[in-house]
Amino acid sequence: MYILIAGGGKVGRTLTHELLKMRHEVTLIEQSATRYRLLEEELEHVAQHGDATELMVLERCGIQRAELVVAVTGDDEDNIVVCQVAREHYGVERVIARVNDPRNHDLFDLLGISPSVCATTSIMRLIEHELPDHELVPLLELRREGLEVVEVQLGDDVAQRQVSEIPLPEGARLIAVLRAGASDIAGPETIVRPGDQVLAIARSGLEDALRRALLT
Amino acid sequence: MLDASQGTGRHAVVVGCGRVGSAVTLRLQAAGWDVAVIDERAETFQRLGEGFTGITVEGHALDTPTLVEAGIDRADAVVVATNGDNTNIVCAQIAQKRYGIGCVVVRILDPARAALYAELGMRTVCPTTAAIDILSDSVMSHTAVI
Repeated sequence: MYILIAGGGKVGRTLTHELLKMRHEVTLIEQSATRYRLLEEELEHVAQHGDATELMVLERCGIQRAELVVAVTGDDEDNIVVCQVAREHYGVERVIARVNDPRNHDLFDLLGISPSVCATTSIMRLIEHELPDHELVPLLELRREGLEVVEVQLGDDVAQRQVSEIPLPEGARLIAVLRAGASDIAGPETIVRPGDQVLAIARSGLEDALRRALLT
Repeated sequence: MLDASQGTGRHAVVVGCGRVGSAVTLRLQAAGWDVAVIDERAETFQRLGEGFTGITVEGHALDTPTLVEAGIDRADAVVVATNGDNTNIVCAQIAQKRYGIGCVVVRILDPARAALYAELGMRTVCPTTAAIDILSDSVMSHTAVI
């Protein structure tokens, strides 16, 4: 596959090496002359110098035949524009963008740049997962589909009941009940007990309603 | 031109208080608009002089609290003219898509990106293209006389 990567920092450089190892054809575009010279020593013609938001630079790097564009510069606006230009102007169907500032994450969604990856958000998710008292932990977010898989830790004060007795909001379903290292796929008659961990899938935005249904 | 005291009741947000942004701000104010101007660097607001009666907001063009403080949710027009093309492109889309502002005008210095985003429905102004046209036309009309 021919892959174009914008941004030759730690992320872009490592991705390039890994993709080359997997025998993909890669071009890495770096804007800073100093960093480009270092990249060119190890990657030779794979590294190209220029501003990846400039159409001429993208064309010189063969964007017309790129099957995937990965925007991993340290600048969120640049990453958004690289992806928009690739998709809207050159018809590249697959783009992946890095979000540097987690506050910009919803911007990428608003502008339809998907999938986007934010290191800070991901690390925060992992931390939340490790915190014992956190009631609802997002495990997997399918942003484009508007779905989220979450884990809910039930307290010791909830009532024992069947799944069918839980007043789940429309658009949420239980997937499995985890207890003492074992798991049960949730059906209507599956019993949920205090202290259980429950996996659920829900439409985005229903997290609070789901938490209320399970914990009260 | 309307006197500022009359007011049009219309609100504009100008993003970027450089030479262009500050001058647009003052011109809109002179035409009776109520204007809020945003810039990352507070010292740029000195360009507005003492006659400016609107609000200045120090902050980044993509920062939601900054945009809200400038009243973007009630703006009739947004002018985007920071010194970063890509920042302008993204900021303009926020104004259009998140706040539904009908009149969003954006300065883009790179002619290629200006043309591309114009095709995608953005109202772009490219001073570079304007300079190229004017300069070459001036030379050609001058030599035509010779």
